Amino acid sequence: MSNSININVTVNGEAVSRNVAPRETLADFLRGSLELTGTHMGCEMGVCGACLVLLDGRVVHSCLMFAAQASGSEVETIEGLTERAAIADIQEAFHQRNALQCGFCTPGMLMTAHALLSQPGVPTRDEIRDALSGNYCRCTGYESIVDAIETVARNRAAPAGSKNVVAEVGA
Amino acid sequence: MKARAFSYARPTTVVEALQTFAASGDDASYIAGGQSLVPALALRLQAPQVLIDIAHIPELRGIALQDGWLRIGALTRHCETLSDPLIARHAPLFHDAAPYVAHPAIRNKGTLGGSIALADPASEFPAMALAMGVELEIANLSGSRRVPADEYFIDLFQTAIEPGELLTAIHVPVVQPSHRWAFDELARRRGDYAIVGSGILADMRDELVAQIRLVLFGVGNTPVRAKRAEDALRGRQLDQSAIVAAQAALSDDLAPPDDEHTPAAMRIHLARVLLGRLLGRIAEVA
Ligand SMILES: Cc1cc2nc3c(=O)[nH]c(=O)nc-3n(C[C@H](O)[C@H](O)[C@H](O)COP(=O)(O)OP(=O)(O)OC[C@H]3O[C@@H](n4cnc5c(N)ncnc54)[C@H](O)[C@@H]3O)c2cc1C
Ligand code: FES
Ligand code: FES
Repeated sequence: MSNSININVTVNGEAVSRNVAPRETLADFLRGSLELTGTHMGCEMGVCGACLVLLDGRVVHSCLMFAAQASGSEVETIEGLTERAAIADIQEAFHQRNALQCGFCTPGMLMTAHALLSQPGVPTRDEIRDALSGNYCRCTGYESIVDAIETVARNRAAPAGSKNVVAEVGA
Repeated sequence: MKARAFSYARPTTVVEALQTFAASGDDASYIAGGQSLVPALALRLQAPQVLIDIAHIPELRGIALQDGWLRIGALTRHCETLSDPLIARHAPLFHDAAPYVAHPAIRNKGTLGGSIALADPASEFPAMALAMGVELEIANLSGSRRVPADEYFIDLFQTAIEPGELLTAIHVPVVQPSHRWAFDELARRRGDYAIVGSGILADMRDELVAQIRLVLFGVGNTPVRAKRAEDALRGRQLDQSAIVAAQAALSDDLAPPDDEHTPAAMRIHLARVLLGRLLGRIAEVA
């Protein structure tokens, strides 16, 4: 049995080549080997959504795959999205609407919000809730998270100069 | 919550994957989307010496019409099952069930072949495979065969796939203009496995039920064809009395287990409610 194998992954735009144990999950690899600790781990079984990352542009659970499976792919983490300001408006809306308390779920929430808001159209509150069905938050009660995402959805669709502020939207 | 150590193989053809399995002395697992297998490895419910990643085998991909059948490659992801126009048109029960399978991120990785190979009795796709009367294409080192869905589900997590064999494709007989279908399920929360779910495919001729395949899932060790209920409907108009007769027949078709949340009697009740809704929907469009 080979104890370690070489993998080549692009992480947040940078080519990375590393030796990993085949049983190391992508989540452990990102956090341990690459020190990208924005990807959180709660349940390690696909239930809580704290570990979501983008794999070749699609949101997946980094706890539900081995790093070896990602070899040859592009991974983007919450750090990558933050750095290229792809989710700056979502982060701002979360901040304004208090859509995070302890913040443990927030990287996963932002990933899901990013994926949802990258699709055409303005999602309804029900659609936002549906998209969030795989993300657990033990603090906020979700209402403020739905508000924040709804605000960004409307703002992105609105013509420049007519943006809502977060506080006006919601329950 | 960490998997036992294993070695990793990434074959690029079906034959290479089958040979890798044979060379492991049968102590191997195939991994497709990993959305069921990775948790099982983490919990050490399984601990193979070799993990064979089949996700990079082009033969297992693709969706194409062939002589009245839609061939869906085993690696087709749940999200594609939801978005692909050929599946929506020709294998509509897979399309209709897809939004109920897990959550968006899991649908981005989980595969139709993985779901049907695993055959979780609460899963949507295996049940819809049975409802549509698909054929499962299974390969081993001596060749490939097609197993009808009616003979494929054997027992809990047990199918016609023998150890080391690969499910390569799902062949769906395309729906005809006279076909009507409906899917729905009752679950505690969106994305949870269903308490009871059902898919129905009916061939309606002159407002009569000429043929019908009525499948329930979450009610036993495998998805179940409710054959008594089918008998109660065949040759009849889908009116209230036929629907009531089919609902009554369900207690002969189903023997669900009691579990801590759902007693058997409640599951049968919910199955009847669901059946009534779905047959009502089919009657409306028929
Ligand atoms: C939180 C959560 C919620 C979920 N909710 C649902 C739900 O509501 N409904 C539902 O149906 N599913 C649900 N799933 C499971 C999900 O749909 C899985 O993707 C699916 O069951 C398995 O597909 P996979 O490609 O991930 O298979 P894997 O996990 O890779 O494999 C599953 C099994 O099938 C075998 N296998 C895979 N492909 C093949 C093949 N081509 N030939 C032979 N053997 C093969 C593997 O060896 C393994 O034993 C959920 C999963 C999670 C983590
Ligand atoms: S840690 Fe991956 S879903 Fe919870
Ligand atoms: S803010 Fe604490 S879990 Fe969501």
